[in-house]
This record gives sequence, structure tokens and C-alpha cells, in this order.
Amino acid sequence: MRPIFAKPLSARHATLLALLLLIAVAPAFFPSNFYYRVGTLIFINGLAVTGLVVLIGYAGQISLGHAGFAGLGAYACALGPVHLGLPPALSLVLGAVLSGLLAWLVGRPILRLKGHYLAIATLGFGVLVSMVLANEAWLTGGPDGMAVADLGLRGLLKSAGIKVGNAELWYWLAGLILLAGAWLALNLKDSPSGRALRSLHDSEVAARTVGVDVAGYKLSAFVISAVYASVSGSLLALTNRFVTPDIANFLHSIELVTMTVLGGAGTVIGAVTGALLLTALPQVLTALQEYEHIVFGLIMMLVMIFLPDGLLPSLHRLLRRRSS
Amino acid sequence: MSELLQFTFSGLTVGAVYALVALGFTIIYNASGVVNFAQGEFVMLGGMITVFAHAAGAPLPAAAALAVVATAAVGILLNKLAIERARGASVVTLIIITIGASIFLRGAAQLGFDKQLHRFPSFSGDDPIAIGGATILPQSLWMLFGAAVVFAGLYLFFTRSLTGKAVLATANNKLAAQLVGIDTDFVMALSFGLSAAIGALAGILATPITLTSYDAGTALALKGFAAAMLGGMGNPFGALVGGLLVGLIEAMTAGYLSSDYKDAAAFVVILAVLFAMPQGLFGKSAQERV
Amino acid sequence: MTLLEIEGLGIDFGGVTAVDGVGFTAEPGRIVSVIGPNGAGKTTLFNMISGVYLPARGRVRLDGEDVTGLAPNRLAERGLSRTFQNLQVFLRMSVLDNVMAGRHLAERGSTLADLLGLPSTRRRSRETERAARALLERVGLERAAEREASALSYGALKRLEIARALASRPRLLLLDEPAAGCNPVETEEIDALIAAIAAEGVAVLLVEHDMKLVMKISHHVVVLDHGEKIAEGAPETVARDPKVVEAYLGAHAGREGSHALG
Repeated sequence: MRPIFAKPLSARHATLLALLLLIAVAPAFFPSNFYYRVGTLIFINGLAVTGLVVLIGYAGQISLGHAGFAGLGAYACALGPVHLGLPPALSLVLGAVLSGLLAWLVGRPILRLKGHYLAIATLGFGVLVSMVLANEAWLTGGPDGMAVADLGLRGLLKSAGIKVGNAELWYWLAGLILLAGAWLALNLKDSPSGRALRSLHDSEVAARTVGVDVAGYKLSAFVISAVYASVSGSLLALTNRFVTPDIANFLHSIELVTMTVLGGAGTVIGAVTGALLLTALPQVLTALQEYEHIVFGLIMMLVMIFLPDGLLPSLHRLLRRRSS
Repeated sequence: MSELLQFTFSGLTVGAVYALVALGFTIIYNASGVVNFAQGEFVMLGGMITVFAHAAGAPLPAAAALAVVATAAVGILLNKLAIERARGASVVTLIIITIGASIFLRGAAQLGFDKQLHRFPSFSGDDPIAIGGATILPQSLWMLFGAAVVFAGLYLFFTRSLTGKAVLATANNKLAAQLVGIDTDFVMALSFGLSAAIGALAGILATPITLTSYDAGTALALKGFAAAMLGGMGNPFGALVGGLLVGLIEAMTAGYLSSDYKDAAAFVVILAVLFAMPQGLFGKSAQERV
Repeated sequence: MTLLEIEGLGIDFGGVTAVDGVGFTAEPGRIVSVIGPNGAGKTTLFNMISGVYLPARGRVRLDGEDVTGLAPNRLAERGLSRTFQNLQVFLRMSVLDNVMAGRHLAERGSTLADLLGLPSTRRRSRETERAARALLERVGLERAAEREASALSYGALKRLEIARALASRPRLLLLDEPAAGCNPVETEEIDALIAAIAAEGVAVLLVEHDMKLVMKISHHVVVLDHGEKIAEGAPETVARDPKVVEAYLGAHAGREGSHALG
């Protein structure tokens, strides 16, 4: 008798193991401290795209406005300490709760739409958020942005006798949070809720027929991914010690979706790979700053035309064909 | 009262640009079912190419003609190299492809031209014309005239000419059109080229008023899309009405509410349309068959 | 005791009346077949009963409760399940996951618990897997459990849909052309499966073109033509009905046919 969960367990464990290895082993290859920073950014983006895997990969929806939630999370960490006297960590949680709430309110009507209409509606939402952040300068500092308080983790560790550099600390923290986020998403995939999400992706009418409350599950996916984006935005603000309204803009939303889809939207490991590639690329090729848009646009087009399932699934198929 | 009239004039002027962008969307959407996020870049290219050709010494009409032709070529290439290759792809994939094209064109413009704002001289000078207590620029009148000519011309093209009818037939049912001998590849190329040319024309007419730069395309595309949705995706008459309405709403918002949020007007329109009547003013709603 | 009662169901599409005034009943353990020439409105009728279309006229009653126009997932909660003529298999999911998804109503719980991978979630998933594997065995697909559904043949996908439909333990099962595209051997297997399902007490509503299958296993036959019910009764009676022959073969053949049958 085949052991229960033989296949799904190993796929889930493989992903977590791969991520753990990547996070733990990579620093051994870092030529300088700068790479801790790159790693941190990769993990932060990786967290956001893991949330999008739930929305795009599992539930088959689309959002061109999720950077709006990242912006909310970021500004929560900027404003919380200043206006409410909350410690940054608590502000992160507050931001996540607010993003989840907003996603829940906005999601019901928006998710009744499909395809292009859904894309545009989410785009409109994201743009409106970024406009508010940019225009309400009295609160948010306007287009010039505002400073963000220190998380205080380094100080905390120091008082416990643990000394660690700032870039290093952020690397491990972001990596840990990404692992946690990936673990949650992977749990979801093979759970009853995960099956409901994936079923409505393939055939909404059949999903309804087996009893799935399609609207409810789409909303869950939207809220979950919004929370991921919010936490990711909070982390970005806290690690940069600064935030501008650009974090919520259309281009950022597109970057997140592209990262998700590039590596393969259906799997956490695929999306994180996409995040890795598209985060590391501009960092490493700073000389090509001028060509950033051209390269980015070209990558988007070429990958979607020739490898629409994303890099990892196409690679997987290629390897399978070779071995058979 | 004259304030209202003033806002109406500016609303109609900018609305004419949105109407033309919306028309471009509509033509491509009808031909291929694709929502072309790079539509705004066609407008940008029309303006930018004219600016630089004119600065290089070409007389304005020649520069404008060059811009229209070059942009049409870009549109045809977009179809040939990107859209056609992605036959049958999912909505998400197609969206990312056209957004990628938009970003690519923007990057190319940034490199090929520069990041500054540009304009060229208005066609008949800049002396405002007084009408009923408000003023309107001559270029605005050119804008409205140009839009009217395009819409009227296309109406005649689609309803009176054989080629135009072939385009409509292909939009309606591609396979059937092929079976009756219509060269659908040509029709697709024509649709993209036409859509790009219309966008370029809009850019040329608008640049003396609004100026242009390498990143002018995004906002235009989004507002043009709002207009197309408001009018009913796929309906050219809807594109006209939708464009003018979005322009008016934007001008009124800027005038009476807040100029900071004038750009938000188009997005609020999009959301309102999608929630209240997704098929737009003149569109049809669909039924899913199982 | 009637489980399903439909009366006067009708719907129009853009000025064309697709179905009008159709009514009949279905009881537990009995197989009712709905037959008729192509375009007669059989799938449209199914869609109205299963909540995919909203009927313009008429009533659908399940166990005495008026369920007309209820959404498919509400009907699923009341024990209605179906398969699709055009196959609505979850192609991206594995064969096993397809059937497990069919057990949604039994296994659904808190999404938060699912995210955290709590023991309650894992228990529910285990039970679902057990039930799903048993159903796969029943339709002969147990060896394909881990394969992606899109890799299966058409006939296998038909059986997969039936397994998925059974996963929700329905009281009323609507099968839309379950044997279409199947070879004689597969058709035999499906026919035995359907008879067994009915024998367990499920009310079965069947749309089918394969007349041998219909005649062999149906307890009751309803004939539609141009959206209206033109005959109903035991299989042998309906087969001899000249109106039925005429609907399938045309008026001239109808007369010839009734001569032939005597």
C-alpha cells in the first residue's frame, strides 16, 4: 500500500528544503556585504510573489494593483510609530490587518469580474492607492516620501549579547519570513481550501457543481495575497528606513506579476525563482541602468511568448523529455 | 457660466485624444480580442517622432507624416512579432505581453530620444479664440476636427468599402472569414497598423497643447481604456462617446473638485463602469454556454 | 417518493425558445433517460435543473423544496451532482485531486486552519484521499491517480468526471452523455457503473444518444424534440411511439417506421 501523501509531501518538502538551502548557503558565496542587501530584496519580493502564487497560480485570478497593498503596508510602518506611537513591528501587523480588510471590502465587487476587466479594475485600485499616497502630503510626505523608524531588532539582540551587522540581520530576518510565507502557501495548496481554489481556476462551473463557493474562495485568495504584499511592503520600508509613493505604483505591480509568472505562477519555487532573477538582474547590471526598461520589457514579452507557463515548468518539461 | 464653458472646452479637447486612443483599442480588440496596453505608446511615438524629425529639419507636415507611417509600422511589427506568436494564450499571458511591449517601447523612446518634455509649434498659432465668455486654443479646434475626421472616415471605411467590411467580418468570425477567402493575416496587420496610425495622429494633434515625453503613454492608455470600457468595449461609437465623457469628467473634476485627483477621475470611471454596467453604455452582455 | 420534480420548465435565448413546458419526475434508485435529436434542448434542460441557467418559466423541486434558480453550489449542498457533455475536468490537477475536489462539501473547513496545516486539516485531507482512491478504483482509474488529468484519454476523462460527481455522495446524479466517444467495451463498463449507482439508491437522470445503453438500463424515458416533451414512458413503449421515430428520422421515415414496427 502506497504511503499516504507520498507525492505531495515530497514536493512541498522539496520546495522548503530548496529555499532553506538557498537562504543558508548563499552567504558563503557573497564577495561583499552588499549581497546581503540584494538577498534581502530578493526575499522581500519573494514574499510578495508567494502571495501572488495563491491568487494567480492557485486561484487563476489576476491583479495589476497589488503594489497598492505593499504601499499600505509600507506606509503603515512609516506612519504607525510617528502618529500612533506604535512600535514598527506592531505597525507591520496593523498594516497587514488593514490591507486584509481593504482587500476584503474591495475584493467582493472586483472579483465578480474576469480576465481583462478584472485586470483593469485591480489596476485602477492600485493606481488610486498610489495617488492618495502621493497627494496627501500632509500625512505621507507626498512624492518625496518619508523616513521610517528603525525596527529595533538589532538593538534588542545587542542587549541579549548578540552582535550582528544590519545587512546580515535583515538578510536572515527576510529569509525567515519568506520561509514562513512559503510554508503557509504550500500548506494551503494541498488542503481542502487549496483544492477548492485550484478547481475554480480550471473550471468555475464544475467547481460550483461540487459545492465550491466560488466568490468566497476568490475573495480568500485576494485577501491572503494582499496580506503577503502588505508584509512585503512593510519589510521593504523597514529595511530601507525610507518609503516613497512609488512603492504602490503601476510599474511595481507589473514587476510583481512578471516575477510571479516568469518563473512559473503555479508554484512557490517558480515564483521565487522569478523574483530572484528579476531582483538580482538590475542590481547586478547597474551599468545598464539606461537599458532597464528595454530589457525588462523584452524579457516580459519573450518569456510569455515562448515559455508562457514560466521558466521552471518549461525547464521541467525539457528535462523530462530528455530523460524519456 | 463661462467657467463651465471653459472646463467643457478643455474636457472636449482632452476627451478627443482619449476617444482616439479608445478607438485604437477598439479596432485591435475587435480584430484580435487582445486589449493592447501599448496603445498609449503609439500616441507617444506620434508626438515624439514628429518632434525629433521636425527638430532635425523636416517641415512639420512631413515630420508628422513620417511619424504616422513609422508608428503604423511599429503597430504592425507588434502584431507580427508578439501577438501573432502568442496565439491562443491565456488572458494573463496576453496582458503581460502587451504591457511588456509598452515598457519596451517606453525604454526605447527613452534611449532613442530623451527624458525631456517636448513640443512643436501649433498648426495655426497660439492665439486663444474667444467663444461665449471662454477661450479655446486653435490647436484644440484642430484636435476636435481631426478626431471628427478620423471617426467619420473610419465609419465610411467600415460600412462602405470592401476592405473595411472584410475587417468587420474577420472581427466577427475569423474562421468564417478565412473560409470565404478573406486574407485574415492582412486584416490583422491592417487593424494594428490603422490603430497605431490613429494613436500617432492623436499624439501629433495633442502635443502642441499637452507636450509629450517618453513616458506620456501609460496614463493615456489607461484613460483611453476607461473611455473604451465606458462606451462599451468593441463599439467604435462607444469609443467616441466614452472618450469625450471621460475627458469632460476629468476636466470637471479638476475644475470643481481637486486638480490633484484629476487623473483619478478616469480610474473612478473605470471602477464604476465595471461594477455597475460592465458592458458599458453601448455594449452587449455575454452568456456563458456550458 | 419523488426526489426530483420538474414542471413547465422553459427558457429562451435571444428570441429562440430553447425549452418549453417540460416536466417529469425522478425517484431514488431509478434511472430516467432524456433523449431526443441533436438540438432538442437536453443539455439546456440539464443546465436549468443543475442551476447553470436560470429558467424563465417553471419549477424545479428537490425533495419537495422549490430549488428553482438556486446556484449550483447550493444544489450540491442539497445532494445534486452532475457531469458535463463538454467535460469540465480540472485539467491542471492530478486525477486524484480531481476526485478529492469533488468531496469539497465534506472536507471544507477553515482556510486559516488550512494555511497553518493544522491536524484537523490533515485529517480531513487524509479522509478525502481515502474516499477518492476508492472511487477511482470503482471507475478503474486507480493506477492513473498521480497523473495530470490532461494526460488521460477522452473515455478515461468521462469516467473521471463520474468519479468526481460521486465524491459528493449525491442523492440525484445528472449524467450528460457519459458514454459519448466511448468504445463498446467502455460503454458496457459505464452502463454497469450507472446501474450500480442507481442500485445504491441514487436517482439518476441521463442524457444519452446511445440507444442500446438507454434501452438497456433506463426505467423511464423522456423524449424531447425542439425543446418540448413529445413522449415519455417505459423504454419499449417510447421506442415504438411514432412521434419519437418521426422526431429522429423525419416524417416520411416516421410513417415507414411505424409500418415496420407494426
